[in-house]
Amino acid sequence: MQKKLCDFAIGETGKVTNVLSSGAEGVKIRRRLFDMGVTPGASVTLKKRAPLGDPIEITLRGYQLTLRKKEAKMVVVEVEQ
Amino acid sequence: MIRFALAGNPNSGKTTLFNVLTGSTAHTGNWPGVTVDRKDGLYKKCAEPISIVDLPGIYSLSPYTPEEVISRNYILDERPDLVINIVDATNLERNLYLTTQLLEIDVPVVVALNMMDALEKNGDHIDVEVLEEKLGVPVVEVSALKGTGLDKLMNRAYEACKKPRPAVTVLENSALRHLIGDVKIALQSQNVPHALFHAVKLIELDELEVGAHKNLLPMVEDFKKTFSDDVFGTDFEAVIADARYAYITANYSSAVHKHPHEATELTPSEKADRVLTHKWFGLPLFFLILFGVFHLTFSENFLYLASIFPSFGDWCEKMSATTVGSIFFAEGLNSPGAILFYALDVAMGYLGDWATAGMESLGASAWAVGLVCDGVLGGVFAVLSFIPQIMVLFLLFSILEDTGYMARVAFILDKILRKFGVSGRAFMPMIMGFGCSVPAIANTRTLADEKERIATIRVIPFFSCGAKVPILTAISGGIVMAFGIGNADLITYGMYLFGMVVAAVTLLLMRSTTLKGEIPPFVMELPTYHAPRFKNLMRLLWDKAEHFIKKAFTIVLASTIVIWFMSNFGWDWKMVSSMNDSILASIGKLIQPLFTPLGFGSQLGTYGWVFAVAAITGLIAKENVVSTFFTIACALSSVIMAGTAVGIPESVMLEVQAMLASGEGSESGALEAVAMIAATGVTIPALISFIMFNMTTVPCFAAVAAAKAELKQGTFKWTFLFWVATSYVVAAVTYLVGTWWWTVFPALGALALAVVYALILSKEKKKTK
Repeated sequence: MQKKLCDFAIGETGKVTNVLSSGAEGVKIRRRLFDMGVTPGASVTLKKRAPLGDPIEITLRGYQLTLRKKEAKMVVVEVEQ
Repeated sequence: MIRFALAGNPNSGKTTLFNVLTGSTAHTGNWPGVTVDRKDGLYKKCAEPISIVDLPGIYSLSPYTPEEVISRNYILDERPDLVINIVDATNLERNLYLTTQLLEIDVPVVVALNMMDALEKNGDHIDVEVLEEKLGVPVVEVSALKGTGLDKLMNRAYEACKKPRPAVTVLENSALRHLIGDVKIALQSQNVPHALFHAVKLIELDELEVGAHKNLLPMVEDFKKTFSDDVFGTDFEAVIADARYAYITANYSSAVHKHPHEATELTPSEKADRVLTHKWFGLPLFFLILFGVFHLTFSENFLYLASIFPSFGDWCEKMSATTVGSIFFAEGLNSPGAILFYALDVAMGYLGDWATAGMESLGASAWAVGLVCDGVLGGVFAVLSFIPQIMVLFLLFSILEDTGYMARVAFILDKILRKFGVSGRAFMPMIMGFGCSVPAIANTRTLADEKERIATIRVIPFFSCGAKVPILTAISGGIVMAFGIGNADLITYGMYLFGMVVAAVTLLLMRSTTLKGEIPPFVMELPTYHAPRFKNLMRLLWDKAEHFIKKAFTIVLASTIVIWFMSNFGWDWKMVSSMNDSILASIGKLIQPLFTPLGFGSQLGTYGWVFAVAAITGLIAKENVVSTFFTIACALSSVIMAGTAVGIPESVMLEVQAMLASGEGSESGALEAVAMIAATGVTIPALISFIMFNMTTVPCFAAVAAAKAELKQGTFKWTFLFWVATSYVVAAVTYLVGTWWWTVFPALGALALAVVYALILSKEKKKTK
């Protein structure tokens, strides 16, 4: 099942299938996400949400990354059952 | 001379390595992006001396933030003889992403595999030989922290830098290899250096590259027509990033031997995060920690022991009467910061006495004693006495940063900061502002968004820096002593808070008017927690102390001498009998009317110009404000002694008298402030307004220079004006509301209007989107 990273429940894991973008700003953020290792095939787990609900913290490629829901919306993930 | 550049991901230990290689004391921290400018040092243990350049950390050579551009341009344009690519072994996959890009540049590369000890603690292992074979460049295991493996690293690097290394790319096997080859040949025919690197970046449509080689774009566009990837279509940037990571995963997994972990097993870092970023406890814990930092630094009633146990408080007060006792006790037990403060104060008291006695016994003339004891010692001691507290504050913030907690604070606060138009990342430079605005302003380079950066630089001075501490403690102490109301600590905390409120309101206003724009994205690494590293912290602290001591003996010393001279001499270069005829007084009187709406201008009578003068000397260095008070107080002693008329308790006036006779400043500067109150009859609202003015106005010379270096010419001018205007408005409103309470209504009305206006504008912005 495909899902956007922002819709993940805590503890859910999956493999990134695509990183979408729109507009000039979106292209820049997507490049940053690529640089940080959010590329197709990467396994991501949603660790937690910040106390105020946003941003979120994920584990990928053996480290912790934080990003906002808005950025997480760009990341399409195939959920592991 | 041979030059090696240090390149690697942020927070991979580059600066730590740089410090041990060159014996330097650059600032390190557990926060991605502590190094924001290149630094040079010298390594002397090889056959010839080698210049080492520490570059800001980068995740990729497609620059995203200003400091990343510095790194990229250095490697490409300044052509170092070799790049030492420092790689965090605990985070191999992401770190090698940059390595694959560095290998595309025609420069010898050596990989320094750092933090292997941390990796092995987890039971994992990396096969260095396999890695070396796959990468095709030397790989050396090092521990920057413990200083192991460095000789081997440098020897292999020295060998490698002697022979050129042709660029290679891991994209050799990707679908884009033909296009890369064609563009590379085209670039080579134009004599472009690092052709392979530029070819790949051009195909990625990197902005810098597209601008530089427009003529080759059609080649890329033509190829697009014949190409389609299953997932990304013709999105070459995505294809390349994907190919790099795919290559890393496929090739380097054989070098890494992971210890099989239980899935449920938590690392110590994760355990710490469970509490520190907890859904309910995260925010309160942050405020508690922040309060703890200030409590440890400033409190004279440590842990509120004296309030909890009144008998202990009485005992403390008794103890504080003796010299040694006064170091450890006041109303209660002193905090570590306050203990250091009083210890230094006592020591300097003795020094001052000896100097005065020594000079008098040598038969020095009155004006020479005056110059040395009032002008020089008084001013310099006033600054030096605050160093302990500034250091403690700085140490505590550094510990928080070094452990990795500050990055979590950005994570916790992002949603709040977003409301004011900046991202959680902007929090770091702001909080650094409590220490010193200069490094804080430089640190804004980690912010990718230009408007966010400008707005952040502008509000940094509102986070009251260490040098403003004396102004706060002196005046709040003076208010309590002279008028007998309130609590000095509370006034100080309140002023800190007020500064932050001003920052929040102005941020909101700027981000919805002149610096309108999207809220910048927030994508940030959360580093693993580690225990603070004592050696690093001490180094850092010594650096900072040195900076303040240097400042005390240079800028502050010079300006106190100038102020002493100007307050004791007239325009005819003769010593004046009444200070009112001095050069300083005439200048002060000239600018005095400007401060009338703020409460410390023309309404203050004969000696009212002292505040105008202090505000101006504060522009040179904020430490000057209190030392100016002291110098003026000495020159005005006869007037001040008549000050009981304004209702200052006689006992307090006796203390002031004793201070003036002793020829050195009081412990917190409070007596100097009382002296000023006695001389001018200034009111409490005007004093608070004076603090607010100094807190929000143009910062010291050094910080202004830092801002000028970071901003474009036009933006800098507006920034300067912004500081002048903000401080003027804030101080005037403070004074008006404090003096005539009913003005609170129009003031609140104006504030509400401004906020509503800002909100409407930001709503409109959303609608038009």
